[in-house]
Amino acid sequence: MSRCLCERSIDHVVLERGEVAHTWRTERWDSLRLLTPNWQSRLPGVGYRGPDPDGYRTLPEVIDFITAYAQAISAPVRPHTRVTSVRRAEAGYLVRTDQGDWSCRTVVIASGAFNIACVPGVADHVPRSVTTFTTQQYRNPDQLPAGGVLVVGASSSGTQIANEIHRSGRPVTLSVGEHIRAPRMYRGKDLEWWMDAAGILDERYDQVDDIGRARRVPSLQLAGTPDRSTLDLNALTGIGVRLVGRLAGITGSGKAQFAGSLRNMCALSDLKMNRLLNLIDEWAQTNGFDGMVEPSHRLPPTVVEEAPPLALDLANGEIRTIIWATGYRPDYSWLELPVFDRKGMVRHDGGVVSSQGVYLMGVPFARRRKSTLIDGAGDDARDLSDHLALYLRRNSA
Amino acid sequence: MADASSIANNGVNVAALVAAREELTKAPAAAQFKWRAACEWKDGTHSHSTVEGFYGLGQEQHHKRTFTFDADHPELFASEDKGATPVEYVLVGLASCLTAGIAAVAQYRNIQLRSVTATLEGDMDLQGILGIDDDVRNGFGGIKVTYKIDADAKREDIEALVAQSQKRSAVYDIVTNPTNVTVVVD
Repeated sequence: MSRCLCERSIDHVVLERGEVAHTWRTERWDSLRLLTPNWQSRLPGVGYRGPDPDGYRTLPEVIDFITAYAQAISAPVRPHTRVTSVRRAEAGYLVRTDQGDWSCRTVVIASGAFNIACVPGVADHVPRSVTTFTTQQYRNPDQLPAGGVLVVGASSSGTQIANEIHRSGRPVTLSVGEHIRAPRMYRGKDLEWWMDAAGILDERYDQVDDIGRARRVPSLQLAGTPDRSTLDLNALTGIGVRLVGRLAGITGSGKAQFAGSLRNMCALSDLKMNRLLNLIDEWAQTNGFDGMVEPSHRLPPTVVEEAPPLALDLANGEIRTIIWATGYRPDYSWLELPVFDRKGMVRHDGGVVSSQGVYLMGVPFARRRKSTLIDGAGDDARDLSDHLALYLRRNSA
Repeated sequence: MADASSIANNGVNVAALVAAREELTKAPAAAQFKWRAACEWKDGTHSHSTVEGFYGLGQEQHHKRTFTFDADHPELFASEDKGATPVEYVLVGLASCLTAGIAAVAQYRNIQLRSVTATLEGDMDLQGILGIDDDVRNGFGGIKVTYKIDADAKREDIEALVAQSQKRSAVYDIVTNPTNVTVVVD
């Protein structure tokens, strides 16, 4: 967005509570890699120029990339500036920070949707003998005591962390709720390549049947595995991870209860994956790729044991750690505008917020399916800066 | 799959359901329902239950007529077998809920159903309810539901109907997730 505003000579500042790429630096785990291939993790004007376009950036590489980009475009960043409130003022908005106040006519909220790790209410009943981490707090297996680990959540973060922890010699039980299975590679090409080529990532928010639901789906169960293997539930059960259903409750005596719907959860995920692959196959056929890529195929169904455990005693020492991989929510505690829906999310129309001159970027399916990806920032910024520029012209004093 | 020129008719008024969903999205208070049943002991393990009124859309509602249910234990349990067992009612509840869901989803997806039958089996170790073994639960160890579905659709699409029905089923949720039950004596 800053680059777009610079191009239009629209005076602006970028307020950042830490250093550029703060969240990447301080709130993610050590071995994290992007789940989008390097060639796709691009920003306008700066693509990937390294030797491994099909690889996946590590955390330090992401930090370097974003920091370099900020410098390359000479973005007017004010680091170590925490916004404490945004509210309406006479000529627009008053933005208060711990470094002083700003008056402005427009505001772009680019603080993302992954500020606060969600922890289920049942966490209150976890026995004190069990250590807990959110994915925001987790860094690597060495933080954890020896012994069994319960990972709650089987989307991208949960599966990666479960894999890493189980391989560290700590037996993992993985609680599986709704998840979106996807192969890393399909017919010889990266899944993200297909999603990009077939226009799936460019799908607009106003072209989708139920945008509310589309914005609430969990992340694709994909990982940036260096060997490009698919890290799905079958891969995890293959190394000995035990699957249980969604965490439904924890009793007062520390017994975790799991839903008996694991089989259907996995069936639903397999069906969704196959629908996506059908879409890809149709596109491939229509666009003449059939002879050029490997033939169509399907992954084996997710294997679920006959009678998955419905309970786990958290108090008997078998489980020493719980990892909450149960998603994130945005922190809008500083946003003092009447723009929220009844679930606390910002009301917007493709990133144009219901308060004039306010814009929202980087939240799931904000404007396009790729809005939360690095690659999605460019197109969204272009569209929204158009709108912002027009707004400023129409409302100049 | 019913072709573009024909519309599947499974007898489900999907338009009404979609409209209801839109209305209730705007008025969540109206979505608060209460379902009720009353039960009277007859003799032995035989009881007689009735269902007539429920609460929803902000007011008391009534079924077209009062529905009645007799429940009992079989002669094998030294009872009179005057009605199905309570656990069999649970299987009926699950089957009915899933089957209705299949019809609704099929209608919504324009899939013509020709026949849908389900057989259910819940296994139960009596050592639980008889208090013989504390490690055995009172209820079902597991429930198996087998659907035979004849419809104008590929197998994948039929499986998707069944999966979606479970996803949105009230009884499936009641059975697979913990539910608070409070029993008081007046």
